Amino acid sequence: MINMNEVLETNRMVEEETLDVRTITMGINLLECADRDLDVCCKKIYDKITSLARDLVAVGEDISREIGIPIVNKRVSITPISLVGGACCHTPADFVRIAQTLDAAAKEVGINFLGGYSAVVSKGMTRADELLIRSIPEAMRVTERICSSVNVGSTKTGINMDAVRLMGETIKATAEATRDNDSLGCGKLVVLCNAPDDNPFMAGAFHGVSEADAIINVGVSGPGVVHHVLKSIHGESFEVLCETIKKTAFKITRVGQYVAQEASRRLGIPFGIIDLSLAPTPAVGDSVADILCEIGLERAGAPGTTAALALLNDQVKKGGVMASSYVGGLSGAFIPVSEDQGMIDAVECGALTLEKLEAMTCVCSVGLDMIAIPGDTPATTISGIIADEAAIGMVNQKTTAVRIIPVIGKTVGDTVEFGGLLGYAPVMPVNPYSCEAFINRKGRIPAPIHSFKN
Amino acid sequence: MEKTIISVVGKDTTGIIARVCTYLADNKINILDISQTIVQGYFTMMMIVDTTNLAKPFAEMASDLESEGDALGVQIKCQREEIFEKMHRI
Repeated sequence: MINMNEVLETNRMVEEETLDVRTITMGINLLECADRDLDVCCKKIYDKITSLARDLVAVGEDISREIGIPIVNKRVSITPISLVGGACCHTPADFVRIAQTLDAAAKEVGINFLGGYSAVVSKGMTRADELLIRSIPEAMRVTERICSSVNVGSTKTGINMDAVRLMGETIKATAEATRDNDSLGCGKLVVLCNAPDDNPFMAGAFHGVSEADAIINVGVSGPGVVHHVLKSIHGESFEVLCETIKKTAFKITRVGQYVAQEASRRLGIPFGIIDLSLAPTPAVGDSVADILCEIGLERAGAPGTTAALALLNDQVKKGGVMASSYVGGLSGAFIPVSEDQGMIDAVECGALTLEKLEAMTCVCSVGLDMIAIPGDTPATTISGIIADEAAIGMVNQKTTAVRIIPVIGKTVGDTVEFGGLLGYAPVMPVNPYSCEAFINRKGRIPAPIHSFKN
Repeated sequence: MEKTIISVVGKDTTGIIARVCTYLADNKINILDISQTIVQGYFTMMMIVDTTNLAKPFAEMASDLESEGDALGVQIKCQREEIFEKMHRI
């Protein structure tokens, strides 16, 4: 039988160590909504989302109330819209109509983000893919809750450099389109390599074509809990350190597993996966950087950071896999800058640079995340950053991503306030040397030799 | 059987158990187990109760007991037992 210490431990995790379930994300297939008529397509999309996700928020709140653990976000991911809108969208403006429909549906069901304004173009772009990508700046300007993602490469296909070039331009255009909000549109736009079909986390969530009609995916969190427990074993060996992280990750993930099964049962929608992630928030004490410091670094970014992060990421997975029946999504520690107070502090004191963050992305999920850079950074340089991250993902057979914000009108030394869960960020310096001639080559980078496994 | 954990933490005062038990009896909630201790002057109690016959929604019971706790100057939480089982047992 449950004893008092176990109850008190769980409640302390919630009250003092910011334990929560980060998101219940309902994946919804919209392929059947495709139609030659844009109005009909929009209506079908709106009706399907608002009927399937009608009770999502209420069910999430009920479960949260009954277990006494917050479930922070209730969200929806959908089939990449370039597939759904291909038959009826003939201009970027047509795709923006769908974005507005999605935004209205998200507001109707009360979710804070809807992901899947996306295109998967790892090898080539269809006409619809390109129209969707060209519509992103305007779509981000006129909507509030829509997240957009574009997958530009994979280990099996190589990297679509034409898409990489276009995404550099698209990110700049999105920054311009949303300049009145400190270019916030770019905070809801991510470029991926090896994007998973079942990711519950924004901005990269979409409901891949390998998925069922509807599915419940859950993203767990808990950097504060890991940080707190590591304080109690200060200075112990790596064996003790790793065992402690594993056991903590197990407990955190079990909460997610329970929430996912309950949500699935109550909504009558199958359970998909648990995403084992340490996802920080701007709240003090909910930081991955703080865990790295507790492991033994003066600041995140100091020599040893990549090794400490590799260790952390691996132990979280080892503990989490045992706790969940199906694991998927991104599954690993997140290192967004603006959403993690410890990372912000490390950038501000000069300990953490863009190059070190890039190295860190080799050993954890996902990539260069929520990083503000000067607004006058050339589009080709942004494409270069994307290409570097995509290459890391392609060669290491892992997901990588770039969510970078060239803040129009701001430069190194300025700070950008995104508000809410997106936090704030110091504008970071970017290597000033050009990669224009590299980016302006046409075509794609071939798949790496180790992808040919058949 | 639907088991719920009720935990009470706060400054010790007279009548905490009496008041909580009265509420439980009035709402057909059966007590299966009680453990209670004083840690550094703080009253800490955990009850395992059976809420199978509870007539009102879980959320209403939880907020009723929260209000009882406010009146007593203690924090009262109601949580489904399964979450602790899942977290602390393999």
